[in-house]
Amino acid sequence: MIKHFLRLQWKQYFRSSYWQKNLALNILLVFFALYFIVVFLALGFGLLPILKKVYPDQDPFEVVNGFIFFWIIADLMIRFFLQKLPVMSVKPLLTLPVKRSTVVHYVLGKSAFSFFNFLPLFAIVPFGIMLGVEGYGAVLVLTWMFTMILIVLIINFLNFIIEAFSAETELSFLPLIAVVGTLYALDYFNVVSMTTLVGDGIIGIANHPILILIPLAILLACYAFNFKILKDKLFLDSSLKSKVTEVKAADLSWTKRFGDIAPFMQLDLKLIWRNKRTKSMVFIMVIGLLYGLFFYPQPMYRDMVWLFPFIGIFVTGIFLINFGQFIPAWDSGYYKMLMSQNIKYEQYLRSKFILMVLSVVIMFVLSIPYVYFGWKILVAHFAAAIYNIGVNSHVILYGGSFNRKKIDLNQRAAFNYQGTGAVQWIIGLPLMILPMLIFALVNWLAGFESGVATLILLGIAGIVLHKKVMKMITQRYLDAKYKMIDAFSQDS
Amino acid sequence: MIYTKDLSKSYNGTTVLNIEELSIPKGQSFGLVGNNGAGKTTYFSLLLDLIKPTTGNITTNDIVVDQSEDWKPFTSSFIDESFLIGYLTPEEYFYFIGDLRGQNKADVDALTSQFEDFFNGEIIGKKKYLRDLSKGNQKKAGIVAALIGNPEVIVLDEPFANLDPTTQIRLKQILKDLAQKQGITILISSHDLMHVTDVCERIVVLEKGDVIMDLETNPKTLKELEAHFASNAFSSAQEEE
Repeated sequence: MIKHFLRLQWKQYFRSSYWQKNLALNILLVFFALYFIVVFLALGFGLLPILKKVYPDQDPFEVVNGFIFFWIIADLMIRFFLQKLPVMSVKPLLTLPVKRSTVVHYVLGKSAFSFFNFLPLFAIVPFGIMLGVEGYGAVLVLTWMFTMILIVLIINFLNFIIEAFSAETELSFLPLIAVVGTLYALDYFNVVSMTTLVGDGIIGIANHPILILIPLAILLACYAFNFKILKDKLFLDSSLKSKVTEVKAADLSWTKRFGDIAPFMQLDLKLIWRNKRTKSMVFIMVIGLLYGLFFYPQPMYRDMVWLFPFIGIFVTGIFLINFGQFIPAWDSGYYKMLMSQNIKYEQYLRSKFILMVLSVVIMFVLSIPYVYFGWKILVAHFAAAIYNIGVNSHVILYGGSFNRKKIDLNQRAAFNYQGTGAVQWIIGLPLMILPMLIFALVNWLAGFESGVATLILLGIAGIVLHKKVMKMITQRYLDAKYKMIDAFSQDS
Repeated sequence: MIYTKDLSKSYNGTTVLNIEELSIPKGQSFGLVGNNGAGKTTYFSLLLDLIKPTTGNITTNDIVVDQSEDWKPFTSSFIDESFLIGYLTPEEYFYFIGDLRGQNKADVDALTSQFEDFFNGEIIGKKKYLRDLSKGNQKKAGIVAALIGNPEVIVLDEPFANLDPTTQIRLKQILKDLAQKQGITILISSHDLMHVTDVCERIVVLEKGDVIMDLETNPKTLKELEAHFASNAFSSAQEEE
């Protein structure tokens, strides 16, 4: 049975138009994967000597275990945004003689082979070897390595539990923030010292191999809980007949002032507010707005002026990047209809453009309080906002014409939590890094003011050329019309 | 009005549609019949410029559909559920289509109120999203949306499928009424021979992409069609033996 599933998945992946047309993106993903593997390998081999230098009078093994707690927290956060449960279209399987539990075991088992679980191995194994070389006992090292692998898997399944809960609540980030926040707060306010608890626990297990049954039990419990959640969802009516929600219509007549694009703006606003997947974007915006707080309060970043535009682009452009890169895939479900309707492509695209510009302006206004950390930040953010409006918005609209992946807003697939993954963030990187590089270069050559001026000038150039650029983009969409219709009418 | 010349569509060398010449005059109600894979939906998709013809073209009102978009204001269509926007209510969807076709809310309301019987009280004012409606009700909404904005050409692919018997009869009446009006050209496809012969003045039978029959509807047409498809079934059964 498992063999059949694997074959199905293989075909689904390689026969989708997405794979064939996004080879470059796949190569990029592989490149990133290799990069991280190298980084982790370096970390694994280099950590022990480094620790001995930094903390000469402490046992490096204990120091490492003291940090495990923070690693768990960080890993949970990262996975929540990047790792999704492997989606399998289960509907056709339900009427076949396949046990429901087999399907669930397969999906869960497959998730254990995720790249996110292999990556830590590249650090854990070398570090274990280094420990052995240093003269730690073989049993201790092996038990430690095995414990770490168990912890990785626990994080893996814990993440899916969190995601399952966040899929059910309106505030999709709440469960994650609750879990991570509680753990961190317990540690930070010294209620329960989680760092030492986890650290001592791991050391204890390493010294007494029999105790490894404890993490094993936790892992099994997490797995069983996942199993229960998924099995309950594996019924046609729970995924098909999803809750019939009563419509709450908002008054959108204010969009009328945008003239002929008003119908599309209303449609886009409804799209965002009425679909779970797009709604989570609103919460991503909140996270994005707070992103600067990771950097600015710390004095060490205060002097890294070249970083400001990067954060500025991220803070003011987070909606632009998240929403923009799926234009026109958001409308993929009814793209045929739009194409046969009496619409002007230019209006359709302009509506998306205005929406993105509005979001940049709003995000900039909301980010003004960052001026508390220095006026340079405000200036850099302003320049970033102008650059977003003038350059990035056009770039992302243009990039959209290469979009060939359908988005199923109706969320029929039982395992489709949010449906976004690592790729989404990678696409956004060039949009943020390029202006940072431009700014850093000019800043280095001619100073802060010139750097800011360069970004603003680039942005203004984009705004001035808006009409022309839009014409070119519209043409590009028209040229790709048949291909897009064809790709959007395919499932997965 | 709609003139098809040397039209063909092939995928990787396999021809799925090949029409040398087909002319549909203004105001005709035109039915397209054929087995699965005969090319009905392909023809409609070409007519709506959703796919590109391999050779030839379709002209409506002297506008070549794959070269200009000027046919869109007077053409409306409902091909399948992918024409609906799942996260809108039926009313919102009607208003949206109305906006695109230059109709204000009052115009749209006036039109949809004529179809209260057809909707059977299951569409309007239910505060439900289109994605939560049943297949049949989705279809009703889609068909009525295709009537918004006084189109001159209406294209409906399989309008009778998924509808309950009562609604099928009501839909036939609606289509007949439309055909009576001056100047509205209706194109429908169907597997239900009885319904098409009932509604359409002219019926074209497609088989493997070719036009093999072109009939003016008269009382004998249904028998003729049934005989044709029955002989098909019979001959293919013989081949298998």
